[in-house]
Amino acid sequence: MIASLSGVEVDYRGRGRALGPFDLQVGEGEIIALVGPSGCGKSTAMRLLAGLEQPSRGTVTRAPGRGETSLVFQAPTLAPWMSATANVALPLELAGADRRTARAQASEALARVGLSGVEAARPAQLSGGMAMRVSLARALVTRPKLLLLDEPFAALDEITRRTLADDVLALWAELKPAILFVTHNVEEAVYMASRVVVMTRGPGRLAGEVAVEGALPRPAGFRVTEGFRRAAETVSTLLARGMEAAA
Amino acid sequence: MKRLADLLAPVVFVSLLLAGWELACRAFEVPSYRLPPPSAIGEALRESGLLLLSSGWNTLSTALIALAVASVLASALALLAALSGLIERAIQPVMVTLQVTPVIAIAPIVQIWAGLAHPERAVIGLAVVVAFFPIFSGALTGLKSADPDLERLFDLYGATRRQKLLRLRLPTATPFLLAGHKVAAGLALIGAVVGEFAAGSGGSQGLAWRIIEASNRLQTAKAFAALFVLAVMGAALYGLLQLAERRALVWWRGR
Repeated sequence: MIASLSGVEVDYRGRGRALGPFDLQVGEGEIIALVGPSGCGKSTAMRLLAGLEQPSRGTVTRAPGRGETSLVFQAPTLAPWMSATANVALPLELAGADRRTARAQASEALARVGLSGVEAARPAQLSGGMAMRVSLARALVTRPKLLLLDEPFAALDEITRRTLADDVLALWAELKPAILFVTHNVEEAVYMASRVVVMTRGPGRLAGEVAVEGALPRPAGFRVTEGFRRAAETVSTLLARGMEAAA
Repeated sequence: MKRLADLLAPVVFVSLLLAGWELACRAFEVPSYRLPPPSAIGEALRESGLLLLSSGWNTLSTALIALAVASVLASALALLAALSGLIERAIQPVMVTLQVTPVIAIAPIVQIWAGLAHPERAVIGLAVVVAFFPIFSGALTGLKSADPDLERLFDLYGATRRQKLLRLRLPTATPFLLAGHKVAAGLALIGAVVGEFAAGSGGSQGLAWRIIEASNRLQTAKAFAALFVLAVMGAALYGLLQLAERRALVWWRGR
């Protein structure tokens, strides 16, 4: 196991309970999708696993090393004053790597996400999809054991979304980090994850889990298979039940 | 065609305004000491142009020195305030008081501090006071407006306070600092002129003094000429800084 939440609850002063009690185990190299209605605490769960927030109750275990946990947000969140390479090299440089080594590894990471040739470009010169890839390269450059994706494709168009989903799976096959990603999109969750964790309406608890069969990365035509359809339906049912349970 | 019209429109409008002014002065036989016609102002500009330019340089250099001093002081103080919430709260009331007090009201006191033998110091001091605030508030806002998600990433990657300051907060503040300096430059010029007015004597030899001198002698055309030089100088300074800001932003953002 690479990270876990056990019995965590998060209370925000003045706004009451935001999450929990909630449990989640992330195994090594596993891909988990976290699905739930808006405001159920998905992003809070993610911040707990990143160590950016502490639970009010319960325990969090996480990969201890610097750069072993990486995070990608819904927006690319790049520094506009830095080139693509400099943005990607940032985690390494902050950890004390010398500039030359860091930049060389950053170029490699950019090539891995299919962005050779834009090393010197600034974020403002990149399309939304390209900026998202730079963000992905930055998350991968430290070779993390756990990659957290917080609705990473929500702001992109459908074609770019699907391409990026396949690219993330290909990168996963190469580097095998555990991936936990938050999404609103049931089909995306079933397509990308081997396990879909469904949360109830906020404060989020576990509504149920669905194991998705089939090989990762997904073979062509996976979206029209019977297994895909069944898993998507189960997730939708759990989501609907989760909405009622809390209401 | 439309661009040509856009370019010509202000030229035509100003020409009409000047022509109307000239004609009105002649038609109603307005005495020149009351309202000189544009031709008389042009004449005064030709006659005392050199003197006005050198006075203008005096005022401008005063304003530029004040801008530099204000820039250093305001940036340093903003940095301290951004690093420590306690310092920010401590200096807040002083900053607000300084900003809302009319500069003309503190001019006599600043003059006493500068010493009657050094009116130019008082003028610089007053210009510093007015130029200070836009730089300070711009820098402070900029230092505090880093993207919160980017800040989370810096935390996640274990950045030190120093790294966060140098690699996140200072670069974020750059556009705010540029805008603050652009506003401050115009204010420094105003501050210098107000300071010269308050100093009153010829000690400063700036444009404001030329205006007072000319008005006292009822050389209204010369006063207008001085005003004209001042306006052109202010516009040029603003234009220059606007250009510098645009260039710097292109460098900052990559386009």
